[in-house]
Amino acid sequence: MGSVVTMSTEMLTAVPRSVLDARPEHSADSPVSVHAMTVAYHRKPVLWDVDYDAPNNKLIAIVGPNGAGKSTLIKACLGLVPRASGQVEFWGRPYKQMRARIGYVPQRESVDWDFPVSALDVVCMGRYRMVGWCRPVTKKHKHAALQCLDRVGMREYADRQISQLSGGQQQRVFLARALAQEADLYFMDEPFAGVDAATERAIVDVLRELKSSGGTVICVHHDVQTVREYFDHALLLNMRVVAAGPVDDVVTNANLHKTYGGRLTLLAEAAEAVARAGDGR
Amino acid sequence: MNEAMHNFLSIDLLPMLAGTLAAVTCGLLGNFLVLRRLSLMGDAISHSVLPGLVMAFLITGMRSPIAMFGGAAIAGVVTVVLVELVKKLGRVEPGAAMGVVFSVLFALGVLLIERAAARQVDLDADCVLHGQLETLFWFPPGDWGQLFSFTTLSEVPRQVVTLIVMTIAAVVFVALLFKELRIAAFDPALATTLGYNAGMLHYLLMIFVAAATVASFEAVGSILVIAMLVCPAATARLLTDRLRSQIVCSVVVAGVSGIGGYVAATALPAAFGLEAVNAAGMMTVVAALLLVIAIVFAPQRGIIARRLHQRRLGRTVALDDMLAALYRLEEAGTESVDKAQLATLQRGHKADHALDQARKQLLVASVSGAIQLTEAGRAAARQIIRRHRQWERYLVDQAGFAADHVHEPAEQLEHINSAAVQRNLAAATKQASVDPHGRPVPNNNGDDDPESATH
Amino acid sequence: MSSAPSSITNVTDEWPGWSQIFETLTFQAGFNTNLVIVGTSLLGIAAGIVGVFALLRKRALMSDALSHATLPGIGLAYLTVTALGGSARSLPVLLTGATITGVLGVVCIQLLLRHTRLREDASIGIVLSVFFGVGIVLLSVIQSMQTGTAAGLNRFIYGQTAAMSMSDAVLMGAIAMLAVAATVALLKEFALVCFNDAFATVDGWPVSFIDLLMMALVVLVTVAGLQAVGLILVVAMLIIPAVSARFWTQRLWVLVVLAALIGGASGYCGSVMSALLPRKPAGSVIVLTSGVLFAVSMVCAPQRGVIAMSIRQLRVRLRIAGEHLVEAAYEYELEHDAALQRDILRAVARRRAWPAWLGSVIVWWARQRGLIRGDSGGAIALTDAGRRDGARISRNHYLWEQYLISYADIAPSHVDWSVDQVEHVLSDALIDELEAALRKRGVEIPQFQAVRT
Repeated sequence: MGSVVTMSTEMLTAVPRSVLDARPEHSADSPVSVHAMTVAYHRKPVLWDVDYDAPNNKLIAIVGPNGAGKSTLIKACLGLVPRASGQVEFWGRPYKQMRARIGYVPQRESVDWDFPVSALDVVCMGRYRMVGWCRPVTKKHKHAALQCLDRVGMREYADRQISQLSGGQQQRVFLARALAQEADLYFMDEPFAGVDAATERAIVDVLRELKSSGGTVICVHHDVQTVREYFDHALLLNMRVVAAGPVDDVVTNANLHKTYGGRLTLLAEAAEAVARAGDGR
Repeated sequence: MNEAMHNFLSIDLLPMLAGTLAAVTCGLLGNFLVLRRLSLMGDAISHSVLPGLVMAFLITGMRSPIAMFGGAAIAGVVTVVLVELVKKLGRVEPGAAMGVVFSVLFALGVLLIERAAARQVDLDADCVLHGQLETLFWFPPGDWGQLFSFTTLSEVPRQVVTLIVMTIAAVVFVALLFKELRIAAFDPALATTLGYNAGMLHYLLMIFVAAATVASFEAVGSILVIAMLVCPAATARLLTDRLRSQIVCSVVVAGVSGIGGYVAATALPAAFGLEAVNAAGMMTVVAALLLVIAIVFAPQRGIIARRLHQRRLGRTVALDDMLAALYRLEEAGTESVDKAQLATLQRGHKADHALDQARKQLLVASVSGAIQLTEAGRAAARQIIRRHRQWERYLVDQAGFAADHVHEPAEQLEHINSAAVQRNLAAATKQASVDPHGRPVPNNNGDDDPESATH
Repeated sequence: MSSAPSSITNVTDEWPGWSQIFETLTFQAGFNTNLVIVGTSLLGIAAGIVGVFALLRKRALMSDALSHATLPGIGLAYLTVTALGGSARSLPVLLTGATITGVLGVVCIQLLLRHTRLREDASIGIVLSVFFGVGIVLLSVIQSMQTGTAAGLNRFIYGQTAAMSMSDAVLMGAIAMLAVAATVALLKEFALVCFNDAFATVDGWPVSFIDLLMMALVVLVTVAGLQAVGLILVVAMLIIPAVSARFWTQRLWVLVVLAALIGGASGYCGSVMSALLPRKPAGSVIVLTSGVLFAVSMVCAPQRGVIAMSIRQLRVRLRIAGEHLVEAAYEYELEHDAALQRDILRAVARRRAWPAWLGSVIVWWARQRGLIRGDSGGAIALTDAGRRDGARISRNHYLWEQYLISYADIAPSHVDWSVDQVEHVLSDALIDELEAALRKRGVEIPQFQAVRT
């Protein structure tokens, strides 16, 4: 074979799945099940072959170092970034059918906080889907939004313009908006990043509350210290799933070492090579 | 000198020269704007130079080049400063800040022209926009010997002389400050820490853009300036990765656009018996055509090149996968398969094409419908399987993948054939002899050609 | 080929009398004029409203490219209709052409972004200049055709409301009303997509479709505005009202209303001016009017205006400087049990690099607040209130310093907050947190006495 054999991530979908590797049946009571998901940014793979069944009614943390693909995993589940391969199902169904039961808290930095809206306006956005096209937000929905602000201890800030809130308060507004969505499954991208102690407590309270009312929460979390304290389950991630399960079993020194310690230079190198090959360089 | 040549010299030479010089000057400067994502600053400046010009006229009452350049340079700097002010003090996003500043300044310019017109200064906004190349002509001497004499050259219209000086100035500017401009374009913060004043360079560049706009506007109009500040540099960027060759390339593209545009504007309609069309506009059209050609045909980044590359990749992957499948079957004791079986193994791939390729390269042989690997094919397959199983080893042992999760990534990684990655992989797996599932990793030397190991 | 027939060279306008100005301003200058004024004002309102979303979606310059890209469409429409023997001066036909190439221009930008490594600025610049260049070529072709009716297409470049017929004005007004109605109906959806498109996607909204609607409104307003302001300046009509209104409010609906008002006012002034001075390019007047409103907004707006912000910044600086003074006096008093002497004050001023005048202002400030009082020999003595403040500030200073020392591992991210600044901006809640954090590491926190012993 004379030619240089290379591949691109566009090929990834075309690669036939191994015959041995039959697709397992997911139980319908897992709120989200990820199967054989590979994600690439600009052709460079950032998540390899992720398999994960989230347990129902648990607080789940996705833990891993920077660049491990934590946020990417959430975004790929929600269809915000394209998947190179693999499936995601929510309660055994595709995302589009279950959208109404899913809530989302994006990273705080992902929006322009100078936007001319008040805290209450932002929370009301969580109700828009229930309000429907072209209709104004009614008193009923505003009231519901106010209650959500109350649950995160932000009611007195309802009329504040969002740029006048502190980082922690902005995060709580985002949380309130997700609460206003009245979902059963929440994806939260780094809700604890850069927040003050009061916000941290408020978020934890809300998480517990959500759990006691039957909800499931999946959080990207950066702080290994508090994982065991705040969450029931953990998914240790570093470009691939290192370990997943109840925090007491999974968050062990050995696993953390595997997640944070072992440098995957060769895998990163390979990802680069894949990206280069795809670009034709 | 025959009459046709004389006609060319008197009617066509100067407009063509002026357009080309303007294009080259702007094309040269545009490289740094495009790299610093300031393309639209060029656009803004070339609009807002108008009030500067008119002010200069109103104050001095004449069209002296020095007053013009002074006015333009001031207008250029004022634009940059105002945009910064609106951005910082008003907390307005950059695009909107630029839009506010240049549109207000341009509107001011258009109104000021009224005043200039009242004073009988010949200046109008249309000319600023699309130029009056057609008015450039001279009376060249009758024979070649006198062409370069002082008296002849002194009759070259002022606009053309201005453009020649401007072009030389721009070339000298870029040549002298190439290093500084490169660093500033790449990383302004680094440039400042290295002792180059990135801010000063920025303003200097903007002054040059403003000056180029003025030098060009009488002849070609500001629309060509905007086009030439962006298009040639963008074209060159698609063709090369190095700044030096990008600059050369953009200058060539700009020159070709200038000459080609002029020819297309005059000779082309004439061939159909029509009147000439606006040459400056035609130059932008040619520049755009060159850009489209680059987008489609560029050797590496062009659409066609990328498509071809993808197709080649796909075929190679399919071939690799087929050889690997046959090898695995051999391992399991099946020496040959028929075409239908092979097709089921090759789900989603162009099995037929892969088979043809393999036959052509004598990697497989089919004896009365039974397809099996040749010796060469087995050697190639062994390399692929070796990579596959080494990757599985690596993924399990070092990357912490679960053993039942490595086939899929390995299936992708086995196609990476970089020698460096290959070497590191072999070192990382310490020449392991079995994969995580207990299947043997084919060795490198054995009965196959050691040369094929690295490629 | 010289410049276009509507060239404004060598024309001097007669200035109108006051009565004429008054009549035009108050809609007494004839039906046609009124119609044009109303149409242009409506357009200004629509552009202001639509521009808010173009601005919030950060598409200001995309709309500039769009408006430039309409020129070849106008030329092509003219040529096509002339070739077919129709009346090429019909506005709807020309505007249809403008719409088609305008949209094509936006599509080209998206294609360039998707398929090449060119960035947004370069893509916009390319589309803007190339489409406009093509337009100029087509205009020169039309001019050379000598079809009897002077094409007058130049009015689309600079805008000339005087050239508008009644039906033109009605068309413009209708488009404006449509844009306003659509925006009012979809305010909520537009806001959602502009603020947080990822959330909107997850929430099930068709983000691309809503985006498309916003862009379509920009196209409508641009095309309608070609005649009034011209394609070079129509972008100003879209963004300047929105940017100006942004200075005055933090509420979206107020922003929309204000932008509509500013846009409407600009359109009104521009068209009145154009009615009085028929050869003045209306576009420039409209844009300059909004430009003046912008400048006023940027300087004078109560919250976000430059003056208001400078005053706020000055106040904070003054307060911090005053607190430094009080802190210095407090520490001096603790150590020497005496009022702060003049020369010590000078030393403080030198260390803080306060110019002389600032020093006196600070002393004045602190005295105004009742924190210090003059003592014999120009020394500065703390009042009880001043002592309390000094104790608080010193304590904060100490806490923050200790925090930086004992949490050196995580504090580096905060090192750029110099201790001097931070101690003045810490909220009570943060102070409590600091204390708790320090206690956790076993740091002793001494008493800072607020009463002179």
